[in-house]
Amino acid sequence: MIHSLFLINCSGDIFLEKHWKSVVSQSVCDYFFEAQEKAADVENVPPVISTPHHYLISIYRDKLFFVSVIQTEVPPLFVIEFLHRVADTFQDYFGECSEAAIKDNVVIVYELLEEMLDNGFPLATESNILKELIKPPTILRSVVNSITGSSNVGDTLPTGQLSNIPWRRAGVKYTNNEAYFDVVEEIDAIIDKSDDVSFHPCIRFKRWESERVLSFIPPDGNFRLISYRVSSQNLVAIPVYVKHCISFKENSSCGRFDITIGPKQNMGKTIEGITVTVHMPKVVLNMNLTPTQGSYTFDPVTKVLTWDVGKITPQKLPSLKGLVNLQSGAPKPEENPSLNIQFKIQQLAISGLKVNRLDMYGEKYKPFKGVKYVTKAGKFQVRT
Amino acid sequence: MKTIVAVKKLVYVYLVRYAEEQQDLALLSISTFQRGLKDPNQLIRASALRVLSSIRVPIIVPIMMLAIKEAASDMSPYVRKTAAHAIPKLYSLDSDQKDQLIEVIEKLLADKTTLVAGSVVMAFEEVCPERIDLIHKNYRKLCNLLIDVEEWGQVVIISMLTRYARTQFLSPTQNESLLEENPEKAFYGSEEDEAKGPGSEEAATAALPARKPYVMDPDHRLLLRNTKPLLQSRSAAVVMAVAQLYFHLAPKAEVGVIAKALVRLLRSHSEVQYVVLQNVATMSIKRRGMFEPYLKSFYIRSTDPTQIKILKLEVLTNLANETNTPTVLREFQTYIRSMDKDFVAATIQAIGRCATNIGRVRDTCLNGLVQLLSNRDELVVAESVVVIKKLLQMQPAQHGEIIKHLAKLTDNIQVPMARASILWLIGEYCEHVPKIAPDVLRKMAKSFTAEEDIVKLQIINLAAKLYLTNSKQTKLLTQYVLSLAKYDQNYDIRDRARFTRQLIVPSEQGGALSRHAKKLFLAPKPAPVLESSFKDRDHFQLGSLSHLLNAKATGYQELPDWPEEAPDPSVRNVEVPEWTKCSNREKRKEKEKPFYSDSEGESGPTESADSDPESESASDSKSSSESGSGESSSESDSEDQEEEKGRSSESEQSEEEGEKRKMKKKKKVPEGQGEGSSSEEDSDSSSGSSESERTSETEEEQVEPASWRKKTPPSGKSAPVAKEISLLDLEDFTPPSVQPVSPPTIVSTSLATDLEGLTLTDSPLVPSLLSPVVGVGRQELLHRVAGEGLAVDYTFSRQPFSGDPHMVSVHIHFSNSSDTPIKGLHVGTPKLPAGISIQEFPEIESLAPGESVTAVMGINFCDSTQAANFQLCTQTRQFYVSIQPPVGELMAPVFMSENEFKKEQGKLTGMSEITEKLTLPDTCRNDHIVVQRVTAVANLGRVPCGASDEYRFAGRTLTSGSLVLLTLDARPTGAAQLTVNSEKMVIGTMLVKDVVQALTQ
Repeated sequence: MIHSLFLINCSGDIFLEKHWKSVVSQSVCDYFFEAQEKAADVENVPPVISTPHHYLISIYRDKLFFVSVIQTEVPPLFVIEFLHRVADTFQDYFGECSEAAIKDNVVIVYELLEEMLDNGFPLATESNILKELIKPPTILRSVVNSITGSSNVGDTLPTGQLSNIPWRRAGVKYTNNEAYFDVVEEIDAIIDKSDDVSFHPCIRFKRWESERVLSFIPPDGNFRLISYRVSSQNLVAIPVYVKHCISFKENSSCGRFDITIGPKQNMGKTIEGITVTVHMPKVVLNMNLTPTQGSYTFDPVTKVLTWDVGKITPQKLPSLKGLVNLQSGAPKPEENPSLNIQFKIQQLAISGLKVNRLDMYGEKYKPFKGVKYVTKAGKFQVRT
Repeated sequence: MKTIVAVKKLVYVYLVRYAEEQQDLALLSISTFQRGLKDPNQLIRASALRVLSSIRVPIIVPIMMLAIKEAASDMSPYVRKTAAHAIPKLYSLDSDQKDQLIEVIEKLLADKTTLVAGSVVMAFEEVCPERIDLIHKNYRKLCNLLIDVEEWGQVVIISMLTRYARTQFLSPTQNESLLEENPEKAFYGSEEDEAKGPGSEEAATAALPARKPYVMDPDHRLLLRNTKPLLQSRSAAVVMAVAQLYFHLAPKAEVGVIAKALVRLLRSHSEVQYVVLQNVATMSIKRRGMFEPYLKSFYIRSTDPTQIKILKLEVLTNLANETNTPTVLREFQTYIRSMDKDFVAATIQAIGRCATNIGRVRDTCLNGLVQLLSNRDELVVAESVVVIKKLLQMQPAQHGEIIKHLAKLTDNIQVPMARASILWLIGEYCEHVPKIAPDVLRKMAKSFTAEEDIVKLQIINLAAKLYLTNSKQTKLLTQYVLSLAKYDQNYDIRDRARFTRQLIVPSEQGGALSRHAKKLFLAPKPAPVLESSFKDRDHFQLGSLSHLLNAKATGYQELPDWPEEAPDPSVRNVEVPEWTKCSNREKRKEKEKPFYSDSEGESGPTESADSDPESESASDSKSSSESGSGESSSESDSEDQEEEKGRSSESEQSEEEGEKRKMKKKKKVPEGQGEGSSSEEDSDSSSGSSESERTSETEEEQVEPASWRKKTPPSGKSAPVAKEISLLDLEDFTPPSVQPVSPPTIVSTSLATDLEGLTLTDSPLVPSLLSPVVGVGRQELLHRVAGEGLAVDYTFSRQPFSGDPHMVSVHIHFSNSSDTPIKGLHVGTPKLPAGISIQEFPEIESLAPGESVTAVMGINFCDSTQAANFQLCTQTRQFYVSIQPPVGELMAPVFMSENEFKKEQGKLTGMSEITEKLTLPDTCRNDHIVVQRVTAVANLGRVPCGASDEYRFAGRTLTSGSLVLLTLDARPTGAAQLTVNSEKMVIGTMLVKDVVQALTQ
């Protein structure tokens, strides 16, 4: 299955390699670099590359490429899913999945990779088991370790591996058992008709099927219980509207830019954390704008305009107006850029989903139940 | 201590990495691991084997082989799992060991634990994927374990089972092709018949071939059924694996279910999207209807990476049909204005494909493309030219204008491919533009030397064609061009020039060729077909690397074609008698392991044997506290386990509470997964052995093959018969001897006696409470006259329905009063209101005159009193019948203590509480009668009660498991108050009405 893993940063340095079978030379990555060069854009590097003797399957996460080397037929999603699991684990352990974090914790990284795969086949990928085997670094622990010379390797045996519910350690004990539910909903601008759900493996599928009850032995710590997709054909559910007027004059080196945002269906809640991101056409040199609220930045290299709006107050709608400087002589852009909008509405689940009840079996007391609802913009795009 | 473990681990990492390079050094460590293999702790044994088998030094092959063999029969499943992992390692080190390794694989395949399953199938796939025969005996077990295997194992198993099924079962589409005239069409699906595909899933399953020649092998069905829930897995790889399984194995009507899950994956990481879209692209060619409802999910965002955009475009194009093209084209129009030029080019190609595939929009597309010719972006223009060229080939005659327009473009457009395309078009259709063509050639001749090779070739081509059709005007020009070409740097062009000259210019030696030159150059050419690059990619197993690359990857196992004749299905039979005897599906279902099932049946013996001593030693050697929870308990009834823990930790808990706890556990059973009675034995050993004996007895009886088909003469009540057909409602003829089947939902006698002791009441419990009341008497389903001699009655037996705990068990009594035998009695396609479902009784082959027979069917009324309408069919007739349940039959008794009752009642107040005042008649003032009347109306269990004139009953509705609590407060004067508490208000209201009526009669 998975032969080797190379971690490559944006400037093309291979800064970590791990082999689960015999060693594969670094030079195999040249094929990857070639593809990367051809793709120009990092997002467009094909996830699967075929080379004379190997296949390279890669993911791009947090400005890093995880390139795995495969020698025989294997479902590509199997590898991709695994690589993302590796990245998730790093994120979980180090708080971020960056080159610096990995380099700082190189021993832990190797220990993790060693436990996650055996001869290229996934062995322990659940964060609960891994944390039992290898303790995540904390400031306190690293201080203590450096003084006492101890390490992060857990001294308990990984009993979780023996279990059929690998997501929960045995014998978790707290003085208080608390269950917090974060209901996070994301709105995609194109919303589809029927709903669909995917579950964490701890959910008993049979009960969901027969009674529509989510019954589960919860993992210890944070986890994603379900993901769901809901539907609505109408536009009523969209909480903001955007008035826009973006125009470029023919044969002139400037254009006009004017957008205003207002609340639509916000169900009495404030819309906050609004950010508008616009990928301006290549010919745009600079932008000279005035926001009525918040602040904006324009990166002349990537041509990305970001407007951090903040909250909407219905009395005074936020707007951003001004001039656009174009490269002189270049033809005017044909397409107006799309606006990508981010926002957040606290205490509202736009689909109407509610955590109705939490029943706990096997304990006498009622656990503390906290539910937080957030509606966010997902891939929310306004075509202009 | 800590440091030692840490250092050890790092040493292992180092050792494995460098063993190959420094073999001698590595060998020094071997003995340590050999010692580790004998360690009493399973985890140490496992990790010793893991490191040992990872050392790639050929000398130790025999040692490894021995270690693997030993570990394969280790008591601990974790060690066996590690052994499975070690197999491919050893195989890659020394492939001569194959035969021995296959033996180990065979042994491990027979393992019944979920922990081992994934790993051993992985080993199987790496070492001996061709030995499909090893799977037979393990097939059903793998299907049943699948849902509990970890995600990575699931992917491997599903992929292997797909291949297995292709070799062992018949094609489910074979039947359709037999019936329909045009099998090709039926298989590949035209728009019309695909359109109804996904929506009518249940209709299709219901109408599944009952009388048709093709019958799906139950094992094939088992695989489809057991993989379907995994479409909801969080792992994209698992979802994809199930999707490909359905695509390759499911009947056409059922494939639709995968679309939704795949569309959901489009919200995932872009790499996942990339792979999923590739597969969707292939699927959407063959099964367009499946994804059509999700058309909008494939709309493109300007922020998508180009490679994703292009794949989505591919899918959109595949999905375009007569009805949705306007929408699709409007969407395409937006894309054309994109800043991403590669994407624009792909969009133009896509428009071209829509135009060729859908005749109705061809002109619209063509016009649109022609407009693009005035686009400022040269790339857009060039791409449009190329596509227009292809479209024009379809109806050149009508498009002289467009060709003229294109000809003008040669002045501006520089992209070689576009120039070449224009030149080819003008040459090919020079008759349509007789005036312009020579002029174009003139201009081209001028710029010949500066052109790209591909354009030069087309100039030669154009010259040749014009020479043949219009030699007067172009002879000189042609000669000029050919001379230029003769001295070109590119030999290809020189060759072409020479060749063309020979063809068109008659020479002395005969010119046999030149006479045919016109035929050669101006032969009518078939219009090109613009087709997807994903066409026919599905000969690769979907989801595989080979499919993605469209080339066979190393180690790819071909997906075989369906066999013509199904191989012997009995090879999958396992020696366990229940398995083979199971003749109908519902019984098998019972045997199936539900999601995290509590039944240990499958995996019991191997695990439980070793877990205890193992884990003890584990906790000895290391300080870890909780390792005692071996896999046997944590796997299954973990809820119970937790409870148990809770109980042991609080020792001062009163006896009474302990008992209550037990009852709660009982109560939970029905809402759980309908566990088998075997676990009941495990968990409730204290509740009296008599019960467990009886349950196991009934279990045996239930497994008795198809006993219902046996005919029972109406009067016959001999003892052996009664025992054999205990599933039937025997109360009717042998009331005293009948033993209530004690299923999980009904409390056992012994527990009830315990209960009695607990409560303070001095009024004895009414005996009728314990053996379920033979509820409502017989009701007529079909009158003898209407049924032409077939009379059918039914009773609600109040026994839990064996197949599904949510179903009301209905006993159907057939008697034949005609003088001919009635054959083939079965239930016809039911038309049921939403939510209601029926578990049919097995077909009664024949009912002789004068005979009666009883069959059991289950109906899930979905907690409503709606009638279930269905057809009773005989070989010759169909009768429409309906069963409407009294509200009291929609529930099953639940036993609880008074305290619990009060607690629950406290939660169900307000809207959930219905109260009614009534006066009890004189005849109804003694305990016995009250209880009898209430339990006759409603299938509730009596709750012990302290006060003498209060009666309490409790039950749960069958479908939703909502509590129904009934309280009757009867004063000695006769005045009484009836209260029903239930979440289900409708049920509560109706129940109050029925009970009041029963009491005041």
